[in-house]
Amino acid sequence: MKRIGVFICWCGSNIAATVDIDKTVAAARTMPGVVHADHNKYTCSEMGQDMIKDAIKEHKLDRVVIGSCSPRMHENTFRKTVEAAGLNPFYMEIANIREQCSWVHKDKETSTDKAISLVRTAVAKAARNEALHADEMPVEKRALVIGGGIAGIQAALDIAESGFEVDLVEREPSIGGRMAQLDKTFPTLDCSACILTPKMVDAAQHEKINLITYSEVDKVEGFVGNFDVTIRNKARSVDMNKCTGCGDCMAKCPAKVESEFEEGLAQRRAIYTPFAQAVPNKPALDRANCRWFTSGKCKVCQKICPADAIDYDQEDQLVTNKYGAIVVSTGFDTHSLDNYGEYAYGKHPDVITSLEMERLFNASGPTGGKILRPSNGEPPKNVAFIQCVGSRDREKGNPYCAKVCCMYTAKHAILLSEKVPGAKAHVFYIDVRTPGKDYEEFYNRAYEEYGTSYIKGNVSKVFPDGDKLIVRSVDALSGALVELVVDMVVLATSVDARSDAKELGQKLSITTNAHNFFNEAHPKLRPVDTQTAGVFLAGMCQGPKDIPETVAQASAAAVKVASLLNKDNLMSNPTVAEVNLKYCNGDMSCMAVCPYGAISEKVIEERRGRETVKRKIAEVNTALCQGCGACTVACRPGAINLKGFTNEQILAEVDAICL
Amino acid sequence: MKVTTDKLNSNLVKDVEEISGQKVSACFQCGKCTGGCPVVWAMDVFPHQVLRYAQMGLVDELLHSKTLWICASCQTCDSRCPRGVDIPKVIEALRLTIIREKGGNYLHPKDLPARVRENAPQQGLVSAFRKYAK
Ligand code: SF4
Ligand code: SF4
Ligand code: SF4
Ligand code: SF4
Repeated sequence: MKRIGVFICWCGSNIAATVDIDKTVAAARTMPGVVHADHNKYTCSEMGQDMIKDAIKEHKLDRVVIGSCSPRMHENTFRKTVEAAGLNPFYMEIANIREQCSWVHKDKETSTDKAISLVRTAVAKAARNEALHADEMPVEKRALVIGGGIAGIQAALDIAESGFEVDLVEREPSIGGRMAQLDKTFPTLDCSACILTPKMVDAAQHEKINLITYSEVDKVEGFVGNFDVTIRNKARSVDMNKCTGCGDCMAKCPAKVESEFEEGLAQRRAIYTPFAQAVPNKPALDRANCRWFTSGKCKVCQKICPADAIDYDQEDQLVTNKYGAIVVSTGFDTHSLDNYGEYAYGKHPDVITSLEMERLFNASGPTGGKILRPSNGEPPKNVAFIQCVGSRDREKGNPYCAKVCCMYTAKHAILLSEKVPGAKAHVFYIDVRTPGKDYEEFYNRAYEEYGTSYIKGNVSKVFPDGDKLIVRSVDALSGALVELVVDMVVLATSVDARSDAKELGQKLSITTNAHNFFNEAHPKLRPVDTQTAGVFLAGMCQGPKDIPETVAQASAAAVKVASLLNKDNLMSNPTVAEVNLKYCNGDMSCMAVCPYGAISEKVIEERRGRETVKRKIAEVNTALCQGCGACTVACRPGAINLKGFTNEQILAEVDAICL
Repeated sequence: MKVTTDKLNSNLVKDVEEISGQKVSACFQCGKCTGGCPVVWAMDVFPHQVLRYAQMGLVDELLHSKTLWICASCQTCDSRCPRGVDIPKVIEALRLTIIREKGGNYLHPKDLPARVRENAPQQGLVSAFRKYAK
């Protein structure tokens, strides 16, 4: 008979207010195998843990059941506690009487009954707990960063500075991301390019950083410490070793298309670098728009290239590398304006998005930094800024706040007054949100020093009148109707997760929320981890955030990566599946259901009487197995068991509740 | 006009919410409804203010407003409301509050030809029963 000790936690009033602790402890004393039961106000505290350690010694306990919060919270804490007292950590079992009981019930009597039955279940299981031992796995000392915007660049630099090799994968021809498109940055108005481009160059020159541009992640296999990632190097049609970045091809290419980088306000060639300070500063040939690829005539770039670098026959290449850890920093898309006919975007050239406005402000943008009306090239006098376009709109946009629009709109208002003397900014807002260091002060300047009118009203309609635009709204504070005649309208477009975020998430086995932003492991305490060990998040791909926050998160992710890569070995999770050869009939149902590809076929030889026969069985790769248990359910002869959650243990739990 | 504890706790608002099926607390006072309303020039309380008055329990003030009888139920406002508030339904509920107090149905649904019953918008029908038919 096992000697089981039960410890019921009050969790302050979290459990004690709804569960009768004394009654639960008394009930525990009568359960089979229980030789000791006690309670504690905070079991996870040092005092609480000492109480368990002392009791293990005093009462010679060999199994421990703790009635407390969810194992997700403190399983590790308590495993260490019992280990410190000399027990195998897997001899400890948690009865979750907080999340699964006290937090979801109001009535003390029913929740006490339920708590007792949860404890009884855990006791029944603990009596059958076996000692489990973790294996050691080597760690591949190289990191992968997916996405080369400011988040990815910062993460890569910090990881490299910690002494580890990093591959930085970017799908565009250049790193830089969204930040490269911006003009000045709030609240200090330093120029985005001036602070970003040196970092881009640092990343390119760092001996430990390997830039892999114009490439995408194709497939991810393996697990923390040992990911196998296949990267698709898209055919660039430019030999990166030969190309000197002279730019002659770009100058002579006759095929022109809208530039994505310039938000469609200018054109680029079919062979192009997205912007002048691109890193690497070597072009890529966009086959969808190249004349040679679309009509079989041209080859101008090949003729002109002095380095003979143009190679029309290049093909996509798949390269598989090993990584110990991965940082995801894939950024964001801007929200589509298709649902916002009332703002006349796309119908009138003087209605533009905020990102287009950034390009107009930018000295290397399509107007050389002059704010000019797209319709007639004249400077505007009155500009309306409409905030929350697609944000906080649960009917036809995103229900969430995009977080950056209030601040960049204040910035636009200030920059407009500085760039166009006499021009006036009129900002239509629902609420102005400025939580950030020096943010409120920056916004105050926009209206106090620069005379921006702030109108509390969500614009209802924008329509042309002659060569002007009319903006109709209300000022909700005064109750006055507002009708402004303006020259330009700037829409503070909301931010979306990347349209293919979910797909990438599936490859990485990380989840997304309802809006396709990647989920962090814990919203407060593990904001850069994901539920998949070894995969970390940085920047907008996890949710809207501004540059300072993005950089902070990227550095945090880098520290997580470095502390992981610093270890020579990782301990594996011992709760993995195990095949009982005697029962396995080789039908391989388990292999079909395993989501991690952890089961394979194996042929064994057996003596049967005087003969040696060959027989097929299932084999578990314990390094790949995540302990989900799907196989144990699929196996008809019951040959496969999950260690720590065996069929016997689970049936004992069911019996404990039902019998 | 004064907001008091009594008003903030008033059951009248709950009645309006129940009749309209709308949550007045959903409105965050962005004013998009008012900016586009075609008859707002004739109103004494603007559509977004209708919601604010309701949030503050100022139902009596609403019941005496001209707005209730000026709103054309054209639904321009609620087609744009980012919070999905059906403003004309709220306004209609206020009208009904008055009419219910006065009492009396004027038109019985059974008297309507089936074609009208099936095709006319629900809201229009209910308005008709209560207000216009003799
Ligand atoms: S071959 Fe294609 S990329 Fe080269 S110059 Fe012609 S159109 Fe431009
Ligand atoms: S427990 Fe899950 S991960 Fe492990 S082998 Fe079975 S199905 Fe695969
Ligand atoms: S549009 Fe909707 S949320 Fe905005 S003020 Fe009107 S009712 Fe309220
Ligand atoms: S439904 Fe009423 S309040 Fe709404 S826009 Fe039409 S008239 Fe104005």
